[in-house]
Amino acid sequence: MLRRIIALMIKEIIAIVADPKSRIVLIGPPIIQLLVFGYAATFDLEHVTYAVYNEDRGRASRDLLARLEASPNFHRIACVQSDREVRPLIDGRKVMAVVHIGPLFTENLLRGRPASLQVVVDGRNSNTAMIVLNYVRSIVTGFNRAWSEARGDAPAPADLRIRFWFNPNLDSRWFIVPGLVALLTLVVSLLLTALSVAREREAGTFDQMLATPLRPVEILIGKALPGFVIGMAEATFILLMAIFWFHVPFRGAILPLYLGLFMFLLSAVGAGLMISSLSVTQQQALLGTFLFLVPAIILSGFSTPIANMPPAVQYLTYLNPLRYFLIIVRSVFLEAASFDLLLNLYWPMAVIGVAALMTAGWLFRRRLY
Amino acid sequence: MKGSKPTGGPARRSLMRLSGLMKKEAHQIVRDPSSIAIAFVLPVILLILFGYGVSLDAEHVPIAIVVEHAGTETAGFVAGFQGSRYFSPRIMNTIQMAEKALMRREVDGIVWLRGNFAREMLGPGPASIGVIVNGMDANQARIIEGYVTGVWSTWQERLALERGSPLEIPVAVEQRIWFNAEMRSRNFLVPGLIAIIMTLTGALLTAMVVAREWERGTMEALMVTPVRVQEILLGKIVPYFILGMGGMALSVAMAVWVFHVPFRGSYPVLFATAALFLLTALAMGLLISVVAKNQFVAGQIAIIATFLPAFILSGFLFDIGSMPKAVQFVTYIIAARYFVSILQTLFLAGDVWSVVAWNSMALGVMCVLFLLLVRRRMKKRLE
Repeated sequence: MLRRIIALMIKEIIAIVADPKSRIVLIGPPIIQLLVFGYAATFDLEHVTYAVYNEDRGRASRDLLARLEASPNFHRIACVQSDREVRPLIDGRKVMAVVHIGPLFTENLLRGRPASLQVVVDGRNSNTAMIVLNYVRSIVTGFNRAWSEARGDAPAPADLRIRFWFNPNLDSRWFIVPGLVALLTLVVSLLLTALSVAREREAGTFDQMLATPLRPVEILIGKALPGFVIGMAEATFILLMAIFWFHVPFRGAILPLYLGLFMFLLSAVGAGLMISSLSVTQQQALLGTFLFLVPAIILSGFSTPIANMPPAVQYLTYLNPLRYFLIIVRSVFLEAASFDLLLNLYWPMAVIGVAALMTAGWLFRRRLY
Repeated sequence: MKGSKPTGGPARRSLMRLSGLMKKEAHQIVRDPSSIAIAFVLPVILLILFGYGVSLDAEHVPIAIVVEHAGTETAGFVAGFQGSRYFSPRIMNTIQMAEKALMRREVDGIVWLRGNFAREMLGPGPASIGVIVNGMDANQARIIEGYVTGVWSTWQERLALERGSPLEIPVAVEQRIWFNAEMRSRNFLVPGLIAIIMTLTGALLTAMVVAREWERGTMEALMVTPVRVQEILLGKIVPYFILGMGGMALSVAMAVWVFHVPFRGSYPVLFATAALFLLTALAMGLLISVVAKNQFVAGQIAIIATFLPAFILSGFLFDIGSMPKAVQFVTYIIAARYFVSILQTLFLAGDVWSVVAWNSMALGVMCVLFLLLVRRRMKKRLE
């Protein structure tokens, strides 16, 4: 039995690797995607474009604007002289924000009256709007502190000392790149297994294989293993890239990570085979892959937190193997998580994997006879 | 026999051939419901899943508050967290407990009021409040930082009022958020999602269907008929265009009525830009299928080249201006990038011509380019 499975597996791998087009699909896109997405997928605003509308001629407004200018994230691209010029700049997305200082700014400050800084932000992307506002606020807070100190005012009764664990500089890349390990591995292993049976069915070679002494279970395993092996290899490659190319700190141990990868591939390959056994044509298989892959990515916590979803959708994410593996990869990378902290993430993937494989096996047999 | 020869000029004959082709395509669409499913069912399911699933509005963030020595000062501060809809705080007695909870991912952050907090408050210098936030998800961490700072400053103001000396903040920030005053992330995510979903459907519709014809050899059969290449192209595009526009209309209707995203632009502009974008997406699908020639590869390219790039590189979620220059160049060839910008503007800001015109022009160029490439590849195959 083992020899037959191995023979089938070798045949499958040769079939994938021998076809130049499938080979390219296997190797090229994951590398390109890792590089492009690794650099592109960042929530950090490094280039906030803004315009200044300063009606005040005093020293205080100049000081405050100099603080903005000194920030590496802010790029002033215009100075406007009237209210009318503000709207076209924001509407046309030329600037993300316009900072307005009224004519009495310095005078108010010097007389101890409250002064105000108006910030108009483009809310078309509310996330960037919020980040821009937080940046502006932190700069103004710094200005306020310096101003109060210079005037000898009593300091605030309590100060916040904020520290960020695991990612002290809040680099989004440390969050996204380990996520890409999980994401790209899922895409490759799912595509491979989901289309493998449908392709043979359409070509008619599946019937030929049925005429051999191979049993359905053996065919199933033979079809599952290549996706597993190639998925392992791809994941390892992307992991190495994450560590040595993107310099994401790898603080945990190899073993908890690979145990997670093993379970994850089990569930991915299981889902792929289930799609495979349900579909008669490649088109159906592809559609099935899509219908699994796209929600799996969106509802995984890869880009937006699961905690923000409505409760009903949150329950749905428990069926998503990517959800668990994402936490494992990120925790092992950044938090140096150990086995006991990850335990309740391993078994759901194993359950999903075994259930999917058993369903696939059952569907195979039902389709065969 | 001469009688069976079609009458009329070449234009009329071309039109007849075209209508014949479209009829054939329409029959195929009706017989195989999968393309109707792609055009109508897929967008609805995806929009519902994404519309509810993708959100950047964090509420009820679990946070641990360590109060080492409870008193009136600490109670006032803690109340600020308990009253906020952004937090669901858990009071703990020791920092060790809180740190353990943070490691177990039970809380996203810790606010630490040390035992000498009340004493320090009365002293000359400011008391210090320790805050630890799990920085793994940098964006979420930044949002939490903003929320904590918000609670802290309202508390300070209230404290100053209670003490009879209103807090003097030299400069206050007055914020005005245009287009999306309540900062709902759904308002900008749902229009972006429409662009991504339509990229998917458009490319899938043509990529798969046409690749199948290549594989089965029916495309070659079509080519030996008097039908011209551009007629084949047009015959393929028009039926799927109509299907795709139906899907688009459905998505927009859902955005407005299900997700309550305000629509401030005008419908003719929306219709025109949507048609342009859909044509581009269909042309891209055709190009994929002509290049790949078989469904296996066409399908893989369609998945790899459409969904993920549209998701990550279109500016729908991640700000393009913050990407490295080289990656910014890559985004110029992502059709979804232009449509995301158009849709976000049409929905939230209205018909802003500087945005609409520039992006439509880019879409038009891409569309023509794709069609020319398809035309060239098709000609080659005839030889």
